[in-house]
Amino acid sequence: MLLTVTTTHRPATDLGYLLFKHPDRVQEFRRSFGTVTVFYPEATDERCTVAVLLEIDPIRLARSVGRGAPDFSLAQYVNDRSYAASSLLGVAVADVFSTARSGRGDDHQALADTPIPLEIAIPVLPCRGGPQIARRVFEPLGWQVEADPIALDDRFDEWGDSRYVRLRLTGTVRLADALNQLHVLLPVMDESKHYWQGNDEVDKLLRSGEGWLVTHPDAELITRRYLGRRSGLTRHALERLAELSDEVAETFEPTDDEEATPPAVGSTGGQDPRFDVVLEAAGKPMIKLVREIVELTDLPLRVVKEQVNCTPSRIVGNVSQVTAERVKEALERCGASVALLERPVSDEARLGSDPSSPDGGELVQPVSIRTDSPDLPLNVQRHRAVLAALLELGARSVVDLGCGSGQFLAMLMAERRWVALPTGGQTKAPWFTRVVGTDVSTRSLQVAARRLRLDRLGERQAERIELLQGALTYTDTRLAGFDAAVLMEVIEHVDPERLPALERVVFGAAHPGAVLVTTPNSEYNPNYEGLTGMRHPDHRFEWTREEFRAWAERVAAEYGYTVELRGIGDLDPDRGTPTQMAVFRHE
Amino acid sequence: MSEPNRPTAGSAPGESTVLADSGRQVLVPSMGLVLLVGISGSGKSTFGARHFAPSQVVSSDFCRALVCDDANDQAATPDAFDVLHYIVGVRLRRGRLTVVDATNVQRASRASLVALAKAHDVLVDAIVLDVPEALAVARNQSRADREIGSAAVNRQYRDLKRSLRSMRKEGFRRVHVLCDTEIDTVQVGTERPWNDRRELHGPFDVIGDVHGCLPELRTLLGDLGWQIVQDGAGRAVGAQHPEGRTAVFVGDLVDRGPDTPGVLRLVMGMVADGTALCVSGNHEAKLVRALKGAKVQVKHGLAESLAQIDAEGDDFRASALTFMDGLISHFVLDDGRLVVAHAGLKEAYHGRSSGRVRSFALYGDTTGETDEYGLPVRFPWATEYRGSATVVYGHTPTLVPEWVNNTICLDTGVVFGGSLTALRYPERQIVSVPAAEQYYAPARPLAAAVPEREPTTLDIDDVTGTRWLVTEHAGKVKIPAENAAAALEVMSRFAVDPRWLVYLPPTMSPAPASERDGFLEHPEQAFAEYAAAGVREVVCEEKHMGSRAVAVLTRDEATAAQRFGVADGTGVVYTRTGRAFFGADLGTELVDRLRSAVAPLFEALDTAWLVLDCELLPWSAKALGLIKDQYASVGAAAHAALPAAADVLAVAAARGLDVAALADRVTRRTVNAEAYRDAYAAYVRPTDGLDGVRLAPFQILAAEGRALAVTESHRWHLEQIATLTDPIITPTRHRYVDLSDETQKADAVQWWLDLTAAGGEGMVVKPVEPVRGLRPAGDRSARQNRGVQPGLKVRGREYLRIIYGPDYVDSLDVLRHRSLGHKKSLAHREHGLGIEALTRFVAGQPLWSVHQTVFAVLALESEPVDPRL
Repeated sequence: MLLTVTTTHRPATDLGYLLFKHPDRVQEFRRSFGTVTVFYPEATDERCTVAVLLEIDPIRLARSVGRGAPDFSLAQYVNDRSYAASSLLGVAVADVFSTARSGRGDDHQALADTPIPLEIAIPVLPCRGGPQIARRVFEPLGWQVEADPIALDDRFDEWGDSRYVRLRLTGTVRLADALNQLHVLLPVMDESKHYWQGNDEVDKLLRSGEGWLVTHPDAELITRRYLGRRSGLTRHALERLAELSDEVAETFEPTDDEEATPPAVGSTGGQDPRFDVVLEAAGKPMIKLVREIVELTDLPLRVVKEQVNCTPSRIVGNVSQVTAERVKEALERCGASVALLERPVSDEARLGSDPSSPDGGELVQPVSIRTDSPDLPLNVQRHRAVLAALLELGARSVVDLGCGSGQFLAMLMAERRWVALPTGGQTKAPWFTRVVGTDVSTRSLQVAARRLRLDRLGERQAERIELLQGALTYTDTRLAGFDAAVLMEVIEHVDPERLPALERVVFGAAHPGAVLVTTPNSEYNPNYEGLTGMRHPDHRFEWTREEFRAWAERVAAEYGYTVELRGIGDLDPDRGTPTQMAVFRHE
Repeated sequence: MSEPNRPTAGSAPGESTVLADSGRQVLVPSMGLVLLVGISGSGKSTFGARHFAPSQVVSSDFCRALVCDDANDQAATPDAFDVLHYIVGVRLRRGRLTVVDATNVQRASRASLVALAKAHDVLVDAIVLDVPEALAVARNQSRADREIGSAAVNRQYRDLKRSLRSMRKEGFRRVHVLCDTEIDTVQVGTERPWNDRRELHGPFDVIGDVHGCLPELRTLLGDLGWQIVQDGAGRAVGAQHPEGRTAVFVGDLVDRGPDTPGVLRLVMGMVADGTALCVSGNHEAKLVRALKGAKVQVKHGLAESLAQIDAEGDDFRASALTFMDGLISHFVLDDGRLVVAHAGLKEAYHGRSSGRVRSFALYGDTTGETDEYGLPVRFPWATEYRGSATVVYGHTPTLVPEWVNNTICLDTGVVFGGSLTALRYPERQIVSVPAAEQYYAPARPLAAAVPEREPTTLDIDDVTGTRWLVTEHAGKVKIPAENAAAALEVMSRFAVDPRWLVYLPPTMSPAPASERDGFLEHPEQAFAEYAAAGVREVVCEEKHMGSRAVAVLTRDEATAAQRFGVADGTGVVYTRTGRAFFGADLGTELVDRLRSAVAPLFEALDTAWLVLDCELLPWSAKALGLIKDQYASVGAAAHAALPAAADVLAVAAARGLDVAALADRVTRRTVNAEAYRDAYAAYVRPTDGLDGVRLAPFQILAAEGRALAVTESHRWHLEQIATLTDPIITPTRHRYVDLSDETQKADAVQWWLDLTAAGGEGMVVKPVEPVRGLRPAGDRSARQNRGVQPGLKVRGREYLRIIYGPDYVDSLDVLRHRSLGHKKSLAHREHGLGIEALTRFVAGQPLWSVHQTVFAVLALESEPVDPRL
């Protein structure tokens, strides 16, 4: 609610000229969210302080936000907006000092253009991430930062500090820069923006960030927090920043998992020579190349960055010459050096019966050579391991129980293998004839539907995939009749005493031909630095290998399955792999 | 109305019509399909309109017009018949008499409709309108809306004549051929299927598989109060019950046991006298075939039966054969509320007639597999049963009869040395007599039945999708699909085992806003609202500032297993959204402490389990995270910011700036903020494990056999709870107020002021006597005021700071305009659902039925309502 700016520039009262606000007047500005009062508690030649005091009309705030807002939460009524220097104060400062912020100084233009000694005091600043974030954000801008944490409640010592700090910045900075920085950085500290963000937010950010944001080492953090983690807007902003500086965007990686991984570039024909496209070296700027590869392969950004950083790597595998040359050309346009490697084509492979895969199909993965790379994210390794197990089982109809946002479903939909045609020929066709994802969260299913582009799939593709809301403690006839069911990192989210219900629903009632279960191996946990407790706050348990084995063997015996246990991820000689998998087959 | 050929419009399945006794009569099945057969112009539509309700007749012309706007467009015929089949199929599934008005002169078109009737297990009749060709042609020519040429009619006529020769073999129950002259004079009536005896209301004594065990049967009938009628030779030939009860035998009277003829003689006598009903068992069916001389495998005790019957002489043999051969496979009784079949019957087959219905009723839902003893594996249809009718059956011997989803198997293997069991209906009381000896060795050991409350008896279809629940206290309550979807996530991820979850508390509305200066809520409005609703006495209960808790407690593990179906546990304490309090170990410890604390109630109420509505204290025990993250954070910001602002303003004032008004506001807000900080701090008390945790029960929701929340007054509840002395129990301070007594009301207001001044949250005002607030259906004005609220909360001034914000008293004028309508409606519906869940659980209804209702409360909670109310 309160912020003061003091200068010791002489005469200090010039501050009034720079701000276009007379030091002897008390001025009120009425805004939709409340009243801003600007006054000068001190105004001498030696020292002049302007105070901005924002009084929020909490009911008006609650009314304007609450109506029609989906998150109808208590937080809107009992909130800190009336006390803390929130994004609202940032808006207020930007608003009442808009002329000063633009750098206009009129009769005092020279002074307006000059860095002057300034002291900014904010008694209560919400600072998610603690005082170090305030230092990280303000120090590179030339401020000396004092950020003292505020106790949550002095009557309950054991509660520790609140998320607020008392902030004092001292430095010699151009006043307009200081005000613009406050405009951007108060919401960044606060992290909860109070109003709807449209595309002009990006413009506002870039305007206020002019001259300092691009060069700020934490520009990405600032951008993301300012835009309230709305990934679409953040990406948009970073792209525009990237036009100014390549480095910024290169550090960017989407934080949510909504990056789609739709069907990858496949291959055509059977008799032609096949090629791998290998990236030998990535030029600069890397970001352009990364984006190009994402565009071409639709692989997750994380994976592509991996490929670009660890050259040589195979970008696309087993494609026709035409496709390979097209890819090569595109990558070279981005400054990369690229080689095409022709694959040795055996007669068997021409006929589509690769002896290395059990049922005559050939796994076409237009992905990096480093499929087994321990550097790949664990979830990617897990997806690949489960996919490999499904192919090994020959499962063609699969239900992913607890599919979440549908990453694995997308992988299943993208899978193409050699399949015999009724006419006697061979064609590369979708291997999975029926892919169903279930989740208890309707929100997750909406994300999955977007990822899979369900509304835009052609009829044949749409017939293969279905998303269902379901809970694993209720029997569900829709889950019956599958070759395989996948429970990937699901069981540890079920209370142990509810597991028997899940077992009956999945193994008893749905009774698929095979069940693949993955779950964390708790023995491996010491390998995670700084991990205390379990790997996810919602995990109800994490099992050792022995505990998992005991469970799996009991369930297998009870429901007429055989079970085999496998590891996924880095093998630690003593602690095993981070993920463990049970492959159940119906006898 | 009184025409002789009154249409059977709206006749419920099972109603027979009485016809005048002159002229030709045609009786069609009351639940089934009727095909009108006749050439174009034979008068089918006229006939249908005269004898049936318009909604009962589905015509091909109508369907043709439906799909292409032209009743004569023959090109649309395939699509039209698709629609016709669909409509007919849906009607038959719903058990409605349906008449198809199409020419139906070709065998193929009749065959598809007969198949449709069979698919829905209903009978099908044909009524043939056999008119001369020339008459039909003439009629067609006189109709402007018809384009049927004489060639087409001639073709149809030849088809019909050909059909008439063999139609009776096409699967019709009856083919009624009406000649020209009969068509206008015939009377059409309906007749019910033989299995439909819904007019019988009992009371019934349903008796399990007897298998020739006459001594046990006589003992059992005696125990049930029957008087056996004996013939001169001392043989039991009948029985009567002084209270006019009716016995119902579930079949398998015969085979294996010592006296099959004796049992038959008794039951035949009872059936002939009208004191008993009997359905056929698989053993009767096989015995009939054997007696008729068919080749059957003589095992499972058949040989003994044949020998015993032969020894009784030819007369007995003949009458026994007639009796058994005439047994039907199931009965629908008591207005459809009771179904008896030998091996049980799934809901879709109730009251239906077909070979597969009979086969299901006699042999069960067999899978075609056999188990290790060589006996057929039966599909557990009862676990999937969701019907409202009670299904009573036998066939599969079990140790103890157990209810599974409102069905029960009474075969307790008397012939194998078990017992002979009867079910008193509607009392639902089990009466058994032990076998005198083991007459026959079982092929496999007697097994326990599927436990009723086994967790997978819950199906996703029990809870998802839009549904209407019928409750006694809130009428029909709609649960929208999207609310159910939201609740599914909470229920499946966070709630306790559904077997424990027999109730969820409803939301509660605050009293209407007070106009009194400085108050948003005040007891006066609660008193006024109840007085206006005709309530004479209310109770004011202290509102503990804690977390709402429901405690389900059993006396011992055996009770938990038997009544709740939970093998490992003795109870649970859960939140208003069904989550467990504390972790596993602490939760168990809490349950154990509470079980011993409420032990006096187990005694006093003669029950082995209790469900208590409580508040768990202190608030911080469960909500410390929320307090710190939400309430204390705001307090911290205020506590640091306001003094800083005051300082800056003081400096500014010192240099002569006019900031007095602003400084005043800051000072007042400082006072408000400190009051707010005190408000939440009052509800924080240190706890360590269970140390410091208290439970304040204020209502005993249910105990064995009694839904006490419905039947008892709050006075009774509070008196019972007051007998508990264990220190973990915190009493709920309360006082009763006669709403006609101004002094009592004033005293109660003062009591509330004192309570809240001392940091109390406030109070809840409830009618002392249980609320029975079902509003009159369809009364628009009653819709506005959905009956009497079960309770109204009146919260203290200081407490409301943590709800509406520290400065809320400065904006009372705005806040008073809050709307309570939705909140009250929600409170009413949730209360009705909660009570319904308890009632269903107490009545021993299946888990799915209780769970559906509890789930609905959670689903309604996802409706967006101002959370400050």
